[in-house]
Amino acid sequence: MIKLTINGKEHNLDADPEMPLLWAIRDMTGLTGTKFGCGVAQCGACMVHLDGDAVRSCVTKVKRAVGKHIITIEGLSQNNNHPVQQAWAEIDVPQCGYCHSGQIMAAVVLLRDNPNPTDADIDVAMAGNICRCGTYLRIRKAIHNAAELQQKTLK
Amino acid sequence: MALLFVSALAMAFSFSTGKTNESEYVAIRGAKKDSVASVKAFQKVYSVLMSPRCMNCHPIGDVPLQGEDSHLHQMMPQRGKDGKGLYAMKCTNCHQPENTPGLHMPPGHPDWHLPPANMKMVFEGKTAHELAKQLIDPNQNGHKDLKKLIEHADDGLVKTGWNPGQGLKKPPLSHKEFKKAWIEWIEKGAYAPAP
Repeated sequence: MIKLTINGKEHNLDADPEMPLLWAIRDMTGLTGTKFGCGVAQCGACMVHLDGDAVRSCVTKVKRAVGKHIITIEGLSQNNNHPVQQAWAEIDVPQCGYCHSGQIMAAVVLLRDNPNPTDADIDVAMAGNICRCGTYLRIRKAIHNAAELQQKTLK
Repeated sequence: MALLFVSALAMAFSFSTGKTNESEYVAIRGAKKDSVASVKAFQKVYSVLMSPRCMNCHPIGDVPLQGEDSHLHQMMPQRGKDGKGLYAMKCTNCHQPENTPGLHMPPGHPDWHLPPANMKMVFEGKTAHELAKQLIDPNQNGHKDLKKLIEHADDGLVKTGWNPGQGLKKPPLSHKEFKKAWIEWIEKGAYAPAP
């Protein structure tokens, strides 16, 4: 059995340590908010936080996550009220929505490390998250709004 | 043959072959300064350092290179201050502790990174003369003295070049051949080829 800590909760899973973390998250714990996109670390749909780093869970093996804190989209906030989630809803960012768990997880890391990003910072930070619907302009706008929300929350 | 002896080298270091630890690397016994042999060894070293497996992570810009044609890395990940990337685009977010199997999958190492922003250690575009001078300058080589430089041939991330991801070519020499040439270049005087 392998013990994984996901969203603050310990899970004892009968998982192959070589298996992609994404399968453990989706298929073994039922947390299906994290999506399978490309399976080759190219699109970012499977992004989760591993001790705060936005890893791609499709290529991250279960064994790498042992002893670390995994946060998925479900664990980002208690009531879907993380500033990034609020901004996403306010701007109505998603079209089909498939990539947006990953987009949000990436944006959260950006705003943690750079609370007031420029357009250029956003482009650098989000370049690894692909959206086939092309919602990039709304993503950028929502990140700026989230930055403002985050700063208001901190005041 | 016109050769440039890097005179700062002799002044900056009190290195001698007698102080080398043979358990850590292959010392060239009885090596004496020999500019012709040193430069000849460096040409072998240069062929390795300019191969994609080495040069791709020593780019002239702040985006790593990829593939046999050394094109800019897809997604344009940035070097960042520490060379480990930025935000959600950290190297190890995709590059795992080991190679991920399959064509075009991210090759891996636990400490995957570029040189840091304050010492970029650029290989791309350098002539053999320029690169040799850069490699022995502690202000441009990660503050390595000659002993550390010799040991660097066995650095884990350096050796990753000989364990490339699927479909990627290894450097033109074996690691053993590279290490022998590397040490020979340094121990015979670390001469730079003529400009």
